[in-house]
Amino acid sequence: MKILVCITNVPDTTAKISFTDGDTKFNKTGVTYICGPYDDYALSRAVELRDQLGGTVTVMNVGEADSEQVIRKCLAIGADDAIRVNCEPTDSYFVAEQIAVVAAQEKYDLILMGRESIDYNGGIVHGLVAQMLGIPSLSPVMKLEIDGNTAKMTREIEGGKEDIEASLPLVLGCQEPIAEWKIPNMRGIMTARTKPLRVLEPVGEGLTVTSKYELPAPKGACKMVSADEAEKLIDLLKNEAKVL
Amino acid sequence: MSVLILAEIDNGAIKKSSLEAIYYGSEVAKMKGTTATALVIGSASAGDLAAAGNFGAAKVLHANDARLAQGNIMAYADVLVSAIQHESSDVVVLAKSSLGDAVAARVSGKLKASIVSNVTELPDLSGGFKVKRSIYTGKAFAHVEMKGDCKILAIKKNAVLVSEGTATANVEVFSPALNDASFGVKVTGTHKASSSISLPEADLVVSAGRGLKGPENWGIVEDLANALGAATACSKPVSDLDWRPHHEHVGQTGIKVAPNLYIACGISGAIQHLAGVNSSKVIVVINKDPEAPFFKAADYGIVGDVFEVLPKLTKAIQALK
Repeated sequence: MKILVCITNVPDTTAKISFTDGDTKFNKTGVTYICGPYDDYALSRAVELRDQLGGTVTVMNVGEADSEQVIRKCLAIGADDAIRVNCEPTDSYFVAEQIAVVAAQEKYDLILMGRESIDYNGGIVHGLVAQMLGIPSLSPVMKLEIDGNTAKMTREIEGGKEDIEASLPLVLGCQEPIAEWKIPNMRGIMTARTKPLRVLEPVGEGLTVTSKYELPAPKGACKMVSADEAEKLIDLLKNEAKVL
Repeated sequence: MSVLILAEIDNGAIKKSSLEAIYYGSEVAKMKGTTATALVIGSASAGDLAAAGNFGAAKVLHANDARLAQGNIMAYADVLVSAIQHESSDVVVLAKSSLGDAVAARVSGKLKASIVSNVTELPDLSGGFKVKRSIYTGKAFAHVEMKGDCKILAIKKNAVLVSEGTATANVEVFSPALNDASFGVKVTGTHKASSSISLPEADLVVSAGRGLKGPENWGIVEDLANALGAATACSKPVSDLDWRPHHEHVGQTGIKVAPNLYIACGISGAIQHLAGVNSSKVIVVINKDPEAPFFKAADYGIVGDVFEVLPKLTKAIQALK
């Protein structure tokens, strides 16, 4: 089983979002970066499958050099080697193209990633990669078992879930509870330092350009209603907020 | 060069989010001096299809091959590409959904079309094609210039204020050749909660957290939701504890909702929960802890015991009707 796990290097979920340079750049000051939480689920399941079935797990990131701390953590969790494509991941098509170029050469059985990155929340890259490789993609996958050349999966749909079977190779966008998050142990951290990390230069160019960022308008004060007169809230929702 | 909208079917009717996408597409068509065509895949009545005209579609292409019934992503993408070619469309609009996103991604890959997801407003066509999108799970927005000959926009709920008209769309049967190779993925079972209101589509949502103390207490949440005609939702701990199913979990790693009204009962409001609800128009928070951080993000608040407050609200709603 040859598995590729694509990860994102993203601001921590509690990070305060702000912009600099006249709202044209994300303000990285004081922001902690993490491996995308959905990507973490994908990586954990990949390591479990590799341990169960044999094979390799390669972790891939399309990102600049400051991603390497997060990549090393993925190696410490159990990936065997890593690839970083040295560029800013600004456009879904562009990011997918970098992954597809590598995957077309390496012929992975499974390509796993998070259902979406938590910075741009597009949920588009897995479908694009699959199209570029001419194979199916599914997302969000909550359960994944491999039986020979067949993947048996559960995918979340609006208001429920569905069971799916498909032949490998596949591209999957993952979410909980596909696996428990893994925490690197000391041995993992030590060996991660010497595991191979290949750096490639990007190909092609993006189809979108972000010109400016904006923060939402600040929220007004919260209007309090006494618990003894809770029914007053309904009146406010109907006649003031006009949402009923 | 019409604007093409991918519309999804649920229970034999066009989904509400897709009707919003049709309206959005028709507004873009007006800006471009052209018309809007909706591609509807799946079984629906002639009346329902023609009613897409109320939302601005001049034409409906209806693809109703029985093999498309299971929502196969690759086959849908083939049909959408055929429709884009049939209509010579250079703009494609769809509502964000698990099926729509996947289909749009494949079509972007097939046509090398630029794609932007979570679009929150109508585009700016003065000098190029610019859209505003939500990023960082609703905590910020980006203004994005889309290049390329074909552009695909996956819109977020409430991206446009819909005003319904009375026009009728011309319905055409659309039967492009299907490729057997696109049907390799087999759905072997579907588990769907029956009769409940779809959470991502809902205009009103009643959500509850650990403050409810146990799954056996959800009756008061459901009563309020039923009285309002709202969908029910929950916080992550509640879904992790298996009190409620995962598809009700709202937050950073769950469903992101954008209803007109979100009522949070016994949820403290961790930043990860807020990320899933911050696009709601009006937020009501009911919590016995006056220091609960959720009050800072709320429009209306009640400090009180949910077990006393919720039945009062349900009664007040029932009295309205």
